[in-house]
Amino acid sequence: MKKFLYVLLLLPLGGNAQAALNVFACEPEWAALTQQLAGDQASIYTATGALQDPHRVEARPSLIAKARRADLVVCTGAELETAWLPVVLRESGNRAVQPGGSGYFEAAQWVRMLEVPAKLDRAEGDVHALGNPHIQTDARNFLPIADALAKRLMQLDPANAAHYRQRLADFDRQWSAALEKWARQAAPLRGVPVIVQHNGFPYLSNWLGLKKVATLEPKPGMEPSATYLGRVLNELRQQPARMVLRAAYQNARPSEWIAERARIPAVMLPYTVGGTSQAGDLYALFDDTIQRLLAGLK
Amino acid sequence: MFKKSCLSTALAVLLVQSFNASAISDADLQAIREQIQQLKQSYEQRIAQLEQRLQAAEASGKQAESAAARAQADVRQAVTRPASDAGRSSENAFNPAISLILGGTYGSLKQDPATAATGFEMGTNPGHDQGFSLGESELGISANIDADYRGAITLALDPAGGVSVENAYVQNSALGNGLNLKFGRYFSGLGYLNEQHAHAWDFADQPLVYAALWENQLGEDGVQVKWLAPSDTFIEIGGEIGRGRGFPGSDRAKNGAGAGVLFAHVGDDIGIEHSWRAGASLHQTRAVDRASDGVPDLLATPDGVSNSFSGDSSTVGLDLVWKYAPNGNIGDRYVKLQGEYFRRKESGLLTYDTAGAAITDSYAVTQSGWYLQGVYQFMPQWRSGLRYDRLDPGTAQVGAPNAGNVIADHAFNPSRISWMLDYSPSEFSRLRLQLARDNSRQALADNQFFVQYIMSLGAHGAHSY
Repeated sequence: MKKFLYVLLLLPLGGNAQAALNVFACEPEWAALTQQLAGDQASIYTATGALQDPHRVEARPSLIAKARRADLVVCTGAELETAWLPVVLRESGNRAVQPGGSGYFEAAQWVRMLEVPAKLDRAEGDVHALGNPHIQTDARNFLPIADALAKRLMQLDPANAAHYRQRLADFDRQWSAALEKWARQAAPLRGVPVIVQHNGFPYLSNWLGLKKVATLEPKPGMEPSATYLGRVLNELRQQPARMVLRAAYQNARPSEWIAERARIPAVMLPYTVGGTSQAGDLYALFDDTIQRLLAGLK
Repeated sequence: MFKKSCLSTALAVLLVQSFNASAISDADLQAIREQIQQLKQSYEQRIAQLEQRLQAAEASGKQAESAAARAQADVRQAVTRPASDAGRSSENAFNPAISLILGGTYGSLKQDPATAATGFEMGTNPGHDQGFSLGESELGISANIDADYRGAITLALDPAGGVSVENAYVQNSALGNGLNLKFGRYFSGLGYLNEQHAHAWDFADQPLVYAALWENQLGEDGVQVKWLAPSDTFIEIGGEIGRGRGFPGSDRAKNGAGAGVLFAHVGDDIGIEHSWRAGASLHQTRAVDRASDGVPDLLATPDGVSNSFSGDSSTVGLDLVWKYAPNGNIGDRYVKLQGEYFRRKESGLLTYDTAGAAITDSYAVTQSGWYLQGVYQFMPQWRSGLRYDRLDPGTAQVGAPNAGNVIADHAFNPSRISWMLDYSPSEFSRLRLQLARDNSRQALADNQFFVQYIMSLGAHGAHSY
């Protein structure tokens, strides 16, 4: 009878009780990576959508409720989620996932950060002290992150360690093969000058050899004004670019304004899993990103 | 070098032998010598050039080789780094986060802002400032104390020059099981707006119901415990016991708790575009000798009289917030609708005209108020909002001795309508314009105009929902 009561109590609360780990992923790319590494051993909740600006999310009640039951929080870190995650974690009353605990994983700790500012000044816009946090645009970053994340999964769920180790090995092999394929496909992109709307592509540029010649936001996080766009357009006469890039969540207007006047294609990139209908998983994310970039060259 | 000289000597010998065949004069010999010399020089130059080219080719070959090796490595890895920047360690590395809010308002009002809303003279009327004033400037310092505790303090900089402690609390989020403990001085968790700091308000002032029933915001010295249910839907219940510092309490100095608060919140998302939170709260306190000044009376005493109230105060509240953003992307556009309702019942003893007649007798009244507001971010950086406020001062039951003195029924419901437009050049700055038609004081309708700036320096903490 007592058992029955417990079951009754857990039914509306349990959700996915058979999964070993409840994972709260801040962004879709980490949900997808966790999915690759944990398979059906994890029940994953994704806190933000691909069409949301990850800098600007609210500490919504639903997020707090999800963090309450999480065994593991997987986020980018490097201050990307600084506007909402601290409140979500504090209000969750969940000891396991507090920063510093074993249930808190920051992907940015495992890769080399780019654009770490030498000087911190808000006059430079919304800069991040730990470097540019948009690490997910370089596919190579997923190897060390997967390695660290799999180790964390093994630590939290030692009973299934072999399962995670196997899946990590599979991921490592497949991802390495994919990296070589992408490097071949993206060869024509090396040295191609591009404009970006938000300074969100340094890792992508570093990986594929794109050359950023201008940014449409006058300062990170600031909407471009018409005057500023005019100035960028003028500069393009001296230093032409082949295309203008923006992430799926960003307003299309500034890039389209420039694209139309500079007669170059405006390329929308999925930026994360689900950013476009083609970018259904991690592999498709980079397949689609490279296809869109190559299409921009034509 | 050896190769070079061999070659030139050999060439010279060949040339000399070929010329030996015929008889030659001294002058000829001299010319031949010069030619040989020229040839030698030119060959030496050519050979030096060739050597240089060879060296360069060798070097670039090596470069190409290493570039190829690097490219191979690049394909696999984006240069990983060990996860530590822990080399730095100095005393100030542990300094807490410091944030400074600079706020100021220009207010243009036709009526004296000291006059409280009709029927709500029992508290200190927070009012507005006329002309230029330093509004909501505040200094916040916060940091983790250790693995379990976090501390925060907010000092409000008063326009007159003083400093008051708005918040000074310690929070423990590491209790687990959804428990959250806070103690010290904090804004009570009742309602929706009460916990928000002035710089996060959507209008230049608080709704009338907050101004009249909570003196803008209920701050408390005490202990707060919250529990979050382990469910997919956000369900939180919380309780507070405190000193009863803020109005409607009277900051009593005695053992035990002077005020208690219970609240519950429920919230969730609907798809990715909608989110909501609803709440209910209950606040109870006992006021002792709570003074109110400038209270109008039935005798129409000029500038009113001073009364004093001792008794129980019990307030219930309901709040609802609903937010919508296309694709859930609040950076672009969003709509936020919110409304709150509070109803307060007070009963006890009222002393009429403490400075004069000082007649004490029973007094009971039920007052209520609500507001409804909507804020629309119609394009990035720009928002506009509309708010309607309404209060009901209720009809008081006044004991017979005071029936001829105290106004029992004002027959007037204070109301106000406000419109605001704000522009945020960045996440850290906001400029606001607000117009209000204030009908909160009987026969003293007012058109109000505010310009406000809110600037955030230093650490920029996360905001709550």
